[in-house]
Amino acid sequence: MFVLDIISSILLIAGVFFGLSGAVGLFKFPDFFTRVHAASITDSIAAILIIGGLLLQTSFDLNTAKLLFILAFLMITSPTASHALAKSARHGGLLTLAEVKEEKEEKQQEQSH
Amino acid sequence: MAELIDLVLLAMLALTALRIIFLKDLFAIVMLFGIYSFLSALIFINLDAVDVAFTEASVGAGISTVLMLGTLALTGRKEKKSSRSSILPLFVVCVTGAALIYGTLDMPPFGHPDNPIHQHVAPRYIEESPKEVGLPNMVTSVLASYRGFDTFGETVVVFAAAIGVLSLLGIRRRKDKDAPESGLETHHVLHVVAKVIIPLVILFALYVQFHGDFGPGGGFQAGVIGAAAFILYALVFGLPKSFAVVSPKILQLMASFGVLLYASVGLYSMSKGGNFLDYNKLAADPLAGQHYGIIIIELGVGITVFAVMLSIFYAFASQAERSNIQ
Amino acid sequence: MTEIYAAICIAILVVMAIALVRASYAPTVYDRILGVNMFGTKTVLFIAVTGYLMGRPEFLDIAIVYALINFIGMVAVLRFFEYTAPVE
Repeated sequence: MFVLDIISSILLIAGVFFGLSGAVGLFKFPDFFTRVHAASITDSIAAILIIGGLLLQTSFDLNTAKLLFILAFLMITSPTASHALAKSARHGGLLTLAEVKEEKEEKQQEQSH
Repeated sequence: MAELIDLVLLAMLALTALRIIFLKDLFAIVMLFGIYSFLSALIFINLDAVDVAFTEASVGAGISTVLMLGTLALTGRKEKKSSRSSILPLFVVCVTGAALIYGTLDMPPFGHPDNPIHQHVAPRYIEESPKEVGLPNMVTSVLASYRGFDTFGETVVVFAAAIGVLSLLGIRRRKDKDAPESGLETHHVLHVVAKVIIPLVILFALYVQFHGDFGPGGGFQAGVIGAAAFILYALVFGLPKSFAVVSPKILQLMASFGVLLYASVGLYSMSKGGNFLDYNKLAADPLAGQHYGIIIIELGVGITVFAVMLSIFYAFASQAERSNIQ
Repeated sequence: MTEIYAAICIAILVVMAIALVRASYAPTVYDRILGVNMFGTKTVLFIAVTGYLMGRPEFLDIAIVYALINFIGMVAVLRFFEYTAPVE
Protein backbone atom coordinates (compact mmCIF):
# COMPACT_ATOMS: atom_id res chain seq x y z
CA MET A 1 0.00 0.00 0.00
CA PHE A 2 2.97 2.26 0.41
CA VAL A 3 3.52 2.32 -3.36
CA LEU A 4 -0.08 3.48 -3.85
CA ASP A 5 0.49 6.26 -1.35
CA ILE A 6 3.58 7.43 -3.19
CA ILE A 7 1.85 7.40 -6.57
CA SER A 8 -1.13 9.26 -5.06
CA SER A 9 1.14 11.88 -3.58
CA ILE A 10 2.95 12.39 -6.87
CA LEU A 11 -0.32 12.81 -8.76
CA LEU A 12 -1.72 15.23 -6.16
CA ILE A 13 1.41 17.37 -6.11
CA ALA A 14 1.55 17.46 -9.92
CA GLY A 15 -2.10 18.49 -10.04
CA VAL A 16 -1.53 21.31 -7.58
CA PHE A 17 1.52 22.45 -9.53
CA PHE A 18 -0.58 22.81 -12.66
CA GLY A 19 -3.26 24.61 -10.70
CA LEU A 20 -0.73 27.11 -9.37
CA SER A 21 0.72 27.68 -12.81
CA GLY A 22 -2.76 28.38 -14.12
CA ALA A 23 -3.38 30.90 -11.36
CA VAL A 24 -0.07 32.63 -12.12
CA GLY A 25 -1.00 32.64 -15.79
CA LEU A 26 -4.18 34.55 -14.97
CA PHE A 27 -2.02 37.50 -14.08
CA LYS A 28 0.93 37.18 -16.38
CA PHE A 29 -0.75 36.81 -19.74
CA PRO A 30 -1.33 40.02 -21.69
CA ASP A 31 -4.72 39.45 -23.29
CA PHE A 32 -8.09 38.10 -22.20
CA PHE A 33 -8.21 35.26 -24.71
CA THR A 34 -4.77 34.01 -23.65
CA ARG A 35 -5.91 34.13 -20.03
CA VAL A 36 -8.87 31.92 -20.94
CA HIS A 37 -6.33 29.46 -22.33
CA ALA A 38 -4.35 29.49 -19.09
CA ALA A 39 -7.37 29.08 -16.85
CA SER A 40 -9.26 26.39 -18.71
CA ILE A 41 -6.39 24.13 -19.76
CA THR A 42 -4.80 24.06 -16.34
CA ASP A 43 -8.22 23.56 -14.71
CA SER A 44 -8.80 20.41 -16.71
CA ILE A 45 -5.41 18.87 -16.11
CA ALA A 46 -5.40 19.76 -12.42
CA ALA A 47 -8.83 18.15 -12.01
CA ILE A 48 -7.71 14.95 -13.74
CA LEU A 49 -4.53 14.64 -11.69
CA ILE A 50 -6.02 15.48 -8.32
CA ILE A 51 -9.07 13.24 -8.71
CA GLY A 52 -6.83 10.50 -10.10
CA GLY A 53 -4.67 10.79 -7.01
CA LEU A 54 -7.74 10.52 -4.76
CA LEU A 55 -9.09 7.56 -6.76
CA LEU A 56 -6.06 5.49 -5.86
CA GLN A 57 -6.88 5.97 -2.19
CA THR A 58 -10.37 4.48 -2.28
CA SER A 59 -11.33 0.86 -2.25
CA PHE A 60 -13.79 -0.08 -4.96
CA ASP A 61 -17.04 1.25 -3.54
CA LEU A 62 -19.58 4.08 -3.91
CA ASN A 63 -16.94 6.76 -3.40
CA THR A 64 -15.07 5.56 -6.47
CA ALA A 65 -18.24 5.95 -8.52
CA LYS A 66 -18.80 9.45 -7.12
CA LEU A 67 -15.24 10.51 -7.91
CA LEU A 68 -15.55 9.18 -11.45
CA PHE A 69 -18.85 11.05 -11.79
CA ILE A 70 -17.22 14.28 -10.63
CA LEU A 71 -14.37 13.75 -13.08
CA ALA A 72 -16.68 13.05 -16.01
CA PHE A 73 -18.82 16.04 -15.17
CA LEU A 74 -15.85 18.39 -14.85
CA MET A 75 -14.43 17.10 -18.13
CA ILE A 76 -17.67 17.82 -19.97
CA THR A 77 -18.68 21.13 -18.43
CA SER A 78 -15.47 23.01 -17.69
CA PRO A 79 -14.20 23.29 -21.28
CA THR A 80 -17.74 24.06 -22.47
CA ALA A 81 -18.04 26.92 -20.01
CA SER A 82 -14.70 28.38 -21.16
CA HIS A 83 -15.75 28.04 -24.79
CA ALA A 84 -19.07 29.76 -24.10
CA LEU A 85 -17.25 32.55 -22.24
CA ALA A 86 -14.77 33.15 -25.05
CA LYS A 87 -17.57 33.11 -27.64
CA SER A 88 -19.58 35.56 -25.55
CA ALA A 89 -16.58 37.85 -25.26
CA ARG A 90 -16.06 37.74 -29.01
CA HIS A 91 -19.74 38.54 -29.61
CA GLY A 92 -19.47 41.36 -27.13
CA GLY A 93 -16.81 42.95 -29.24
CA LEU A 94 -13.66 42.18 -27.32
CA LEU A 95 -10.62 42.34 -29.61
CA THR A 96 -7.47 40.29 -29.36
CA LEU A 97 -4.14 41.97 -28.70
CA ALA A 98 -3.11 41.62 -32.35
CA GLU A 99 -6.31 43.29 -33.54
CA VAL A 100 -5.91 46.14 -31.06
CA LYS A 101 -2.40 46.77 -32.38
CA GLU A 102 -3.66 46.65 -35.96
CA GLU A 103 -6.29 49.27 -35.19
CA LYS A 104 -3.71 51.52 -33.58
CA GLU A 105 -1.43 51.25 -36.60
CA GLU A 106 -4.32 52.02 -38.96
CA LYS A 107 -5.23 55.08 -36.95
CA GLN A 108 -1.63 56.26 -36.92
CA GLN A 109 -1.41 55.79 -40.66
CA GLU A 110 -4.62 57.74 -41.19
CA GLN A 111 -3.36 60.54 -38.97
CA SER A 112 -0.04 60.79 -40.72
CA HIS A 113 -1.73 61.02 -44.17
CA MET B 1 -5.00 22.38 10.90
CA ALA B 2 -8.73 22.94 10.74
CA GLU B 3 -8.32 26.30 12.49
CA LEU B 4 -5.78 27.38 9.90
CA ILE B 5 -8.15 26.56 7.05
CA ASP B 6 -10.95 28.36 8.94
CA LEU B 7 -8.82 31.46 9.35
CA VAL B 8 -7.83 31.57 5.69
CA LEU B 9 -11.43 31.06 4.53
CA LEU B 10 -12.77 33.72 6.89
CA ALA B 11 -10.08 36.15 5.75
CA MET B 12 -11.04 35.58 2.12
CA LEU B 13 -14.69 36.08 3.10
CA ALA B 14 -13.93 39.41 4.75
CA LEU B 15 -11.86 40.58 1.77
CA THR B 16 -14.64 39.64 -0.63
CA ALA B 17 -17.18 41.53 1.48
CA LEU B 18 -14.94 44.61 1.55
CA ARG B 19 -14.50 44.49 -2.20
CA ILE B 20 -18.26 44.15 -2.72
CA ILE B 21 -18.87 47.30 -0.67
CA PHE B 22 -16.51 49.42 -2.71
CA LEU B 23 -17.50 48.25 -6.19
CA LYS B 24 -20.04 50.18 -8.19
CA ASP B 25 -20.70 47.73 -10.99
CA LEU B 26 -23.65 45.58 -9.95
CA PHE B 27 -22.77 42.77 -12.31
CA ALA B 28 -19.36 42.35 -10.72
CA ILE B 29 -21.03 42.46 -7.33
CA VAL B 30 -23.29 39.55 -8.30
CA MET B 31 -20.21 37.58 -9.36
CA LEU B 32 -18.50 38.31 -6.07
CA PHE B 33 -21.63 37.25 -4.22
CA GLY B 34 -21.33 33.90 -5.96
CA ILE B 35 -17.80 33.61 -4.60
CA TYR B 36 -19.07 34.68 -1.16
CA SER B 37 -21.56 31.84 -1.17
CA PHE B 38 -18.90 29.33 -2.26
CA LEU B 39 -16.72 30.46 0.64
CA SER B 40 -19.57 30.22 3.18
CA ALA B 41 -20.28 26.66 2.10
CA LEU B 42 -16.58 25.81 2.50
CA ILE B 43 -16.65 27.20 6.04
CA PHE B 44 -19.70 25.06 6.82
CA ILE B 45 -17.91 22.01 5.45
CA ASN B 46 -14.93 22.78 7.64
CA LEU B 47 -17.27 22.96 10.65
CA ASP B 48 -18.57 19.47 9.71
CA ALA B 49 -22.11 20.71 8.97
CA VAL B 50 -22.71 18.85 5.76
CA ASP B 51 -26.45 19.37 5.26
CA VAL B 52 -26.15 23.12 5.73
CA ALA B 53 -23.26 23.28 3.28
CA PHE B 54 -25.40 21.37 0.79
CA THR B 55 -28.24 23.84 1.05
CA GLU B 56 -25.89 26.83 0.92
CA ALA B 57 -24.24 25.44 -2.20
CA SER B 58 -27.45 24.85 -4.09
CA VAL B 59 -29.42 27.91 -2.99
CA GLY B 60 -26.77 30.57 -2.42
CA ALA B 61 -24.46 30.01 -5.35
CA GLY B 62 -26.98 28.69 -7.84
CA ILE B 63 -30.49 30.01 -7.52
CA SER B 64 -29.67 33.36 -5.90
CA THR B 65 -27.12 34.22 -8.56
CA VAL B 66 -29.54 33.35 -11.36
CA LEU B 67 -32.36 35.40 -9.81
CA MET B 68 -30.12 38.40 -9.15
CA LEU B 69 -28.90 38.28 -12.73
CA GLY B 70 -32.50 38.19 -13.89
CA THR B 71 -33.15 41.32 -11.88
CA LEU B 72 -30.06 43.00 -13.30
CA ALA B 73 -31.37 42.41 -16.80
CA LEU B 74 -34.30 44.66 -15.85
CA THR B 75 -32.56 47.37 -13.85
CA GLY B 76 -29.40 49.19 -14.70
CA ARG B 77 -25.89 47.94 -14.14
CA LYS B 78 -24.34 50.79 -12.25
CA GLU B 79 -25.06 51.66 -8.67
CA LYS B 80 -26.20 55.23 -8.27
CA LYS B 81 -23.98 57.54 -6.28
CA SER B 82 -25.51 58.31 -2.92
CA SER B 83 -25.81 62.01 -2.33
CA ARG B 84 -25.58 62.02 1.45
CA SER B 85 -22.51 61.58 3.55
CA SER B 86 -22.06 58.26 5.26
CA ILE B 87 -20.71 59.44 8.60
CA LEU B 88 -23.92 58.92 10.56
CA PRO B 89 -24.63 55.39 9.19
CA LEU B 90 -21.01 54.45 9.89
CA PHE B 91 -21.38 55.64 13.49
CA VAL B 92 -24.63 53.70 13.99
CA VAL B 93 -23.09 50.53 12.53
CA CYS B 94 -20.02 50.82 14.75
CA VAL B 95 -22.12 51.28 17.89
CA THR B 96 -24.35 48.32 17.01
CA GLY B 97 -21.34 46.14 16.21
CA ALA B 98 -19.66 47.04 19.47
CA ALA B 99 -22.85 46.21 21.39
CA LEU B 100 -23.08 42.81 19.66
CA ILE B 101 -19.46 41.98 20.39
CA TYR B 102 -19.97 43.00 24.01
CA GLY B 103 -22.96 40.67 24.12
CA THR B 104 -20.93 37.71 22.88
CA LEU B 105 -18.33 38.12 25.62
CA ASP B 106 -20.75 36.37 27.98
CA MET B 107 -21.13 33.30 25.82
CA PRO B 108 -19.33 30.02 26.60
CA PRO B 109 -16.17 29.26 24.60
CA PHE B 110 -16.71 27.96 21.09
CA GLY B 111 -16.91 24.18 20.85
CA HIS B 112 -16.22 23.49 24.50
CA PRO B 113 -17.69 20.13 25.56
CA ASP B 114 -19.15 21.63 28.77
CA ASN B 115 -21.39 24.05 26.91
CA PRO B 116 -25.09 23.93 27.85
CA ILE B 117 -26.18 22.89 24.37
CA HIS B 118 -24.15 19.71 24.69
CA GLN B 119 -25.75 18.77 28.02
CA HIS B 120 -29.47 18.31 27.54
CA VAL B 121 -30.96 18.43 24.04
CA ALA B 122 -28.15 17.12 21.84
CA PRO B 123 -27.30 13.96 23.84
CA ARG B 124 -30.98 13.10 24.11
CA TYR B 125 -31.41 13.25 20.34
CA ILE B 126 -28.18 11.40 19.67
CA GLU B 127 -29.05 8.58 22.06
CA GLU B 128 -32.76 8.23 21.38
CA SER B 129 -32.84 8.84 17.65
CA PRO B 130 -31.56 5.40 16.56
CA LYS B 131 -34.16 3.72 18.75
CA GLU B 132 -37.11 5.95 18.00
CA VAL B 133 -36.55 6.85 14.37
CA GLY B 134 -33.79 4.56 13.17
CA LEU B 135 -32.26 6.66 10.38
CA PRO B 136 -28.50 6.93 9.95
CA ASN B 137 -28.70 10.65 9.18
CA MET B 138 -29.70 12.31 12.42
CA VAL B 139 -30.15 15.70 10.84
CA THR B 140 -33.00 14.32 8.76
CA SER B 141 -34.53 12.61 11.78
CA VAL B 142 -34.53 15.86 13.76
CA LEU B 143 -35.73 17.93 10.81
CA ALA B 144 -38.47 15.61 9.61
CA SER B 145 -39.62 13.80 12.70
CA TYR B 146 -38.79 15.55 15.96
CA ARG B 147 -39.29 19.03 14.51
CA GLY B 148 -41.66 18.05 11.71
CA PHE B 149 -44.03 20.89 12.51
CA ASP B 150 -41.28 23.48 11.95
CA THR B 151 -40.45 21.94 8.60
CA PHE B 152 -44.13 22.12 7.70
CA GLY B 153 -44.05 25.81 8.52
CA GLU B 154 -40.98 26.28 6.33
CA THR B 155 -42.68 24.56 3.42
CA VAL B 156 -45.72 26.80 3.80
CA VAL B 157 -43.41 29.85 3.91
CA VAL B 158 -41.77 28.80 0.65
CA PHE B 159 -45.23 28.34 -0.85
CA ALA B 160 -46.27 31.79 0.39
CA ALA B 161 -43.16 33.26 -1.25
CA ALA B 162 -44.27 31.76 -4.55
CA ILE B 163 -47.74 33.24 -4.12
CA GLY B 164 -46.21 36.63 -3.40
CA VAL B 165 -43.91 36.60 -6.42
CA LEU B 166 -46.57 35.28 -8.78
CA SER B 167 -49.16 37.82 -7.67
CA LEU B 168 -46.73 40.74 -7.88
CA LEU B 169 -44.90 39.85 -11.08
CA GLY B 170 -46.90 37.21 -12.84
CA ILE B 171 -45.63 35.15 -15.73
CA ARG B 172 -46.03 36.87 -19.06
CA ARG B 173 -46.38 34.65 -22.05
CA ARG B 174 -46.02 35.92 -25.54
CA LYS B 175 -48.07 34.71 -28.45
CA ASP B 176 -46.12 32.30 -30.59
CA LYS B 177 -46.18 34.54 -33.66
CA ASP B 178 -44.06 37.31 -32.26
CA ALA B 179 -41.82 35.15 -30.10
CA PRO B 180 -38.37 36.71 -30.36
CA GLU B 181 -35.06 34.98 -30.44
CA SER B 182 -34.66 33.59 -26.98
CA GLY B 183 -32.01 31.56 -25.27
CA LEU B 184 -28.46 31.16 -26.44
CA GLU B 185 -29.27 30.44 -30.07
CA THR B 186 -25.81 30.61 -31.60
CA HIS B 187 -24.08 28.53 -28.93
CA HIS B 188 -24.35 25.17 -30.61
CA VAL B 189 -21.77 23.51 -28.38
CA LEU B 190 -23.78 24.56 -25.35
CA HIS B 191 -26.92 23.07 -26.86
CA VAL B 192 -25.32 19.66 -27.27
CA VAL B 193 -23.64 19.64 -23.89
CA ALA B 194 -26.78 20.83 -22.08
CA LYS B 195 -28.74 17.95 -23.59
CA VAL B 196 -26.19 15.56 -22.11
CA ILE B 197 -25.96 17.25 -18.71
CA ILE B 198 -29.63 17.91 -17.88
CA PRO B 199 -30.69 14.25 -17.42
CA LEU B 200 -27.67 13.68 -15.17
CA VAL B 201 -28.66 16.64 -13.02
CA ILE B 202 -32.24 15.40 -12.69
CA LEU B 203 -30.93 11.95 -11.77
CA PHE B 204 -28.70 13.50 -9.15
CA ALA B 205 -31.64 15.47 -7.75
CA LEU B 206 -33.61 12.24 -7.34
CA TYR B 207 -30.59 10.63 -5.69
CA VAL B 208 -30.32 13.48 -3.21
CA GLN B 209 -34.05 13.29 -2.48
CA PHE B 210 -34.14 9.62 -1.62
CA HIS B 211 -30.66 9.32 -0.17
CA GLY B 212 -31.39 12.06 2.34
CA ASP B 213 -32.09 9.46 4.99
CA PHE B 214 -28.59 8.06 4.83
CA GLY B 215 -26.32 10.90 3.82
CA PRO B 216 -26.50 14.64 3.37
CA GLY B 217 -29.51 15.68 1.38
CA GLY B 218 -33.26 15.73 1.73
CA GLY B 219 -36.24 17.31 0.12
CA PHE B 220 -35.16 20.93 0.09
CA GLN B 221 -31.80 20.41 -1.59
CA ALA B 222 -33.29 17.96 -4.08
CA GLY B 223 -35.99 20.43 -5.08
CA VAL B 224 -33.43 23.16 -5.68
CA ILE B 225 -31.15 20.93 -7.75
CA GLY B 226 -34.07 19.71 -9.85
CA ALA B 227 -35.15 23.30 -10.44
CA ALA B 228 -31.56 24.14 -11.45
CA ALA B 229 -31.74 21.47 -14.17
CA PHE B 230 -34.86 23.00 -15.69
CA ILE B 231 -33.43 26.49 -15.31
CA LEU B 232 -30.44 25.33 -17.36
CA TYR B 233 -32.85 24.11 -20.02
CA ALA B 234 -34.67 27.45 -20.05
CA LEU B 235 -31.39 29.39 -20.24
CA VAL B 236 -29.98 27.44 -23.17
CA PHE B 237 -33.06 26.66 -25.23
CA GLY B 238 -35.21 29.68 -24.51
CA LEU B 239 -38.26 30.40 -22.41
CA PRO B 240 -41.02 29.48 -24.92
CA LYS B 241 -39.66 25.94 -25.27
CA SER B 242 -39.31 25.73 -21.52
CA PHE B 243 -42.94 26.78 -21.08
CA ALA B 244 -43.88 23.95 -23.42
CA VAL B 245 -41.93 21.42 -21.37
CA VAL B 246 -43.07 22.49 -17.89
CA SER B 247 -45.93 24.94 -18.04
CA PRO B 248 -46.58 27.42 -15.22
CA LYS B 249 -49.98 25.88 -14.55
CA ILE B 250 -48.41 22.51 -13.77
CA LEU B 251 -45.99 24.26 -11.44
CA GLN B 252 -48.81 25.91 -9.51
CA LEU B 253 -50.49 22.54 -9.13
CA MET B 254 -47.26 20.92 -8.01
CA ALA B 255 -46.53 23.57 -5.42
CA SER B 256 -49.95 23.18 -3.81
CA PHE B 257 -49.75 19.40 -4.09
CA GLY B 258 -46.51 19.26 -2.09
CA VAL B 259 -47.92 21.28 0.80
CA LEU B 260 -51.16 19.27 0.78
CA LEU B 261 -49.20 16.01 0.81
CA TYR B 262 -47.36 17.14 3.91
CA ALA B 263 -50.56 18.22 5.63
CA SER B 264 -52.40 15.08 4.67
CA VAL B 265 -49.77 12.94 6.40
CA GLY B 266 -50.50 14.89 9.56
CA LEU B 267 -54.27 14.56 9.15
CA TYR B 268 -53.99 10.85 8.43
CA SER B 269 -52.05 10.28 11.62
CA MET B 270 -54.71 12.26 13.47
CA SER B 271 -57.39 10.06 11.97
CA LYS B 272 -55.54 7.03 13.28
CA GLY B 273 -55.78 8.37 16.79
CA GLY B 274 -52.47 10.15 17.31
CA ASN B 275 -51.41 13.79 17.30
CA PHE B 276 -50.87 15.87 14.15
CA LEU B 277 -47.76 14.57 12.36
CA ASP B 278 -47.30 11.70 14.79
CA TYR B 279 -45.63 9.16 12.51
CA ASN B 280 -45.81 6.32 15.00
CA LYS B 281 -49.46 5.80 14.06
CA LEU B 282 -48.88 5.48 10.33
CA ALA B 283 -48.11 1.76 10.36
CA ALA B 284 -48.42 -1.15 12.74
CA ASP B 285 -44.74 -0.96 13.72
CA PRO B 286 -43.80 2.54 15.02
CA LEU B 287 -40.33 2.44 13.47
CA ALA B 288 -41.77 1.57 10.04
CA GLY B 289 -44.32 4.32 10.54
CA GLN B 290 -41.52 6.81 11.13
CA HIS B 291 -39.79 5.75 7.93
CA TYR B 292 -42.97 6.03 5.86
CA GLY B 293 -43.77 9.40 7.33
CA ILE B 294 -40.31 10.82 6.69
CA ILE B 295 -40.17 9.63 3.10
CA ILE B 296 -43.59 11.03 2.26
CA ILE B 297 -43.05 14.43 3.80
CA GLU B 298 -39.61 14.78 2.24
CA LEU B 299 -41.28 14.07 -1.09
CA GLY B 300 -43.81 16.81 -0.34
CA VAL B 301 -41.08 19.29 0.54
CA GLY B 302 -39.08 18.41 -2.58
CA ILE B 303 -42.04 18.82 -4.93
CA THR B 304 -43.05 22.16 -3.43
CA VAL B 305 -39.54 23.60 -3.44
CA PHE B 306 -38.95 22.49 -7.04
CA ALA B 307 -42.18 24.05 -8.26
CA VAL B 308 -41.65 27.27 -6.31
CA MET B 309 -38.06 27.81 -7.46
CA LEU B 310 -38.96 27.21 -11.07
CA SER B 311 -42.02 29.51 -10.85
CA ILE B 312 -39.96 32.33 -9.38
CA PHE B 313 -37.39 31.92 -12.14
CA TYR B 314 -40.13 31.96 -14.78
CA ALA B 315 -41.56 35.13 -13.26
CA PHE B 316 -38.19 36.92 -13.31
CA ALA B 317 -37.07 35.70 -16.71
CA SER B 318 -40.30 36.46 -18.52
CA GLN B 319 -40.11 40.04 -17.25
CA ALA B 320 -36.60 40.33 -18.64
CA GLU B 321 -37.69 39.04 -22.01
CA ARG B 322 -40.61 41.42 -22.13
CA SER B 323 -38.59 44.51 -21.28
CA ASN B 324 -35.71 43.75 -23.60
CA ILE B 325 -37.84 43.48 -26.68
CA GLN B 326 -38.92 47.12 -26.48
CA MET C 1 -0.88 10.69 4.09
CA THR C 2 -2.69 13.33 6.10
CA GLU C 3 0.26 15.70 5.81
CA ILE C 4 0.10 15.44 2.04
CA TYR C 5 -3.63 16.18 2.14
CA ALA C 6 -3.05 19.17 4.38
CA ALA C 7 -0.35 20.55 2.09
CA ILE C 8 -2.60 20.04 -0.95
CA CYS C 9 -5.44 21.85 0.85
CA ILE C 10 -3.23 24.85 1.58
CA ALA C 11 -1.98 24.93 -2.00
CA ILE C 12 -5.52 24.83 -3.43
CA LEU C 13 -6.45 27.63 -1.03
CA VAL C 14 -3.59 29.71 -2.44
CA VAL C 15 -4.89 29.11 -5.98
CA MET C 16 -8.38 30.12 -4.88
CA ALA C 17 -7.05 33.28 -3.28
CA ILE C 18 -5.28 34.24 -6.50
CA ALA C 19 -8.47 33.62 -8.51
CA LEU C 20 -10.33 35.77 -5.95
CA VAL C 21 -7.91 38.64 -6.49
CA ARG C 22 -8.44 38.32 -10.22
CA ALA C 23 -12.22 38.42 -9.74
CA SER C 24 -11.94 41.53 -7.55
CA TYR C 25 -9.57 43.57 -9.69
CA ALA C 26 -10.13 42.79 -13.34
CA PRO C 27 -9.52 44.89 -16.45
CA THR C 28 -12.59 43.65 -18.28
CA VAL C 29 -15.77 42.12 -16.92
CA TYR C 30 -15.02 38.85 -18.70
CA ASP C 31 -11.94 38.48 -16.56
CA ARG C 32 -14.15 38.53 -13.50
CA ILE C 33 -16.28 35.73 -14.91
CA LEU C 34 -13.10 33.80 -15.62
CA GLY C 35 -11.95 34.28 -12.05
CA VAL C 36 -15.26 33.06 -10.64
CA ASN C 37 -15.21 30.00 -12.90
CA MET C 38 -11.71 29.07 -11.79
CA PHE C 39 -12.72 29.63 -8.15
CA GLY C 40 -15.64 27.26 -8.62
CA THR C 41 -13.66 24.39 -10.12
CA LYS C 42 -10.94 24.72 -7.50
CA THR C 43 -13.64 24.64 -4.81
CA VAL C 44 -14.80 21.27 -6.13
CA LEU C 45 -11.27 19.88 -5.83
CA PHE C 46 -10.84 21.47 -2.40
CA ILE C 47 -13.99 19.82 -1.08
CA ALA C 48 -12.90 16.43 -2.39
CA VAL C 49 -9.44 16.68 -0.81
CA THR C 50 -10.83 18.07 2.47
CA GLY C 51 -13.24 15.15 2.65
CA TYR C 52 -10.33 12.75 2.51
CA LEU C 53 -8.33 14.88 4.96
CA MET C 54 -11.09 14.73 7.57
CA GLY C 55 -11.94 11.11 6.83
CA ARG C 56 -15.51 11.89 5.77
CA PRO C 57 -16.02 10.91 2.13
CA GLU C 58 -19.68 12.02 2.28
CA PHE C 59 -18.43 15.43 1.18
CA LEU C 60 -18.26 14.13 -2.38
CA ASP C 61 -22.00 14.81 -2.74
CA ILE C 62 -21.36 18.48 -2.08
CA ALA C 63 -18.51 18.44 -4.60
CA ILE C 64 -20.91 17.13 -7.24
CA VAL C 65 -23.40 19.88 -6.38
CA TYR C 66 -20.70 22.50 -6.72
CA ALA C 67 -19.64 21.24 -10.12
CA LEU C 68 -23.28 21.49 -11.26
CA ILE C 69 -23.87 24.90 -9.75
CA ASN C 70 -20.66 26.30 -11.21
CA PHE C 71 -21.74 25.31 -14.70
CA ILE C 72 -25.30 26.56 -14.34
CA GLY C 73 -24.10 29.83 -12.85
CA MET C 74 -21.74 30.38 -15.78
CA VAL C 75 -24.49 29.70 -18.32
CA ALA C 76 -26.82 32.11 -16.47
CA VAL C 77 -24.17 34.82 -16.43
CA LEU C 78 -23.52 34.53 -20.14
CA ARG C 79 -27.20 34.44 -20.97
CA PHE C 80 -28.12 37.55 -19.07
CA PHE C 81 -24.98 39.27 -20.17
CA GLU C 82 -25.99 38.99 -23.77
CA TYR C 83 -29.06 41.06 -22.97
CA THR C 84 -27.43 44.01 -21.27
CA ALA C 85 -24.70 45.81 -23.14
CA PRO C 86 -21.33 45.86 -21.41
CA VAL C 87 -20.63 49.01 -19.46
CA GLU C 88 -16.92 49.56 -19.03
